[in-house]
Amino acid sequence: MNQIVYKDIVDKYKKKNKWLHNYLVSFISGGLIGAFSQIIYIVFIKFTNISSTNVKGIITLLLIGVTALLTALGIFDNLIKKFRSGLIIPTTGFAHSVTSSSIDFKKDGLITGLGSNFFHLAGSVILYSVVGSFILIILKVIISA
Amino acid sequence: MSILYAFLFSGFVCLIAEMIINHTKLTPGHVTSLFSLLGAVLAFFNVYNLFIKKCEMGAIVLISNFGNSLYESGLRGFNSNGFIGLFANMLEKSSLVLTSTIIFSFIFTCIFKPKD
Repeated sequence: MNQIVYKDIVDKYKKKNKWLHNYLVSFISGGLIGAFSQIIYIVFIKFTNISSTNVKGIITLLLIGVTALLTALGIFDNLIKKFRSGLIIPTTGFAHSVTSSSIDFKKDGLITGLGSNFFHLAGSVILYSVVGSFILIILKVIISA
Repeated sequence: MSILYAFLFSGFVCLIAEMIINHTKLTPGHVTSLFSLLGAVLAFFNVYNLFIKKCEMGAIVLISNFGNSLYESGLRGFNSNGFIGLFANMLEKSSLVLTSTIIFSFIFTCIFKPKD
């Protein structure tokens, strides 16, 4: 009896610690992505003549390219297991979902495999944000008219 | 100082996402769709602009910026060209994300073999 109660208590604390650990890891890793991009942004603005919109584009391109490369190499899945939401919520998560589904279905052929499953997971992101912003724009136009 | 703001903002958004994943039955797929939609909603209330002004890259690297840029370019298209402009310009700002994702993913998928 005592042992069962003890085990319950231990499990409770273990779960709690895991939550805390996950929170901390995703906060720090997500924050570091933002901070590093900001550092690169500042460096580019200070030492080059590229306009700020183009610098933002270059950094996004860099993030997506690195993510696609690491996902194709099979490294990024392990990173996501470790850093969790910190890598899912930035643009890296979008690039990862596209690359992982396309590389998973590559064996089924170029059209029926890779092509038709290319936006397998990222499709929902595109669909709902396009539909959502369409409705919101219509709403905004009606309100301001 | 802007580095600190960028760190705090993107970290905080990731923390909220992690809380949602841990405490509800929603999967990372749900959460990314939810956050990109949330970006459009925040743009609707003119809030996301403030985040970008204050945290710069911290707000731009997040998936929420996808919804925000869809909303902004769509609205700008509507204001300049009416209904046709809304349909024609919606993907203007997010074109970079979509195109680069497609191109990079396709190239690397063709080069590398899936790992089991």
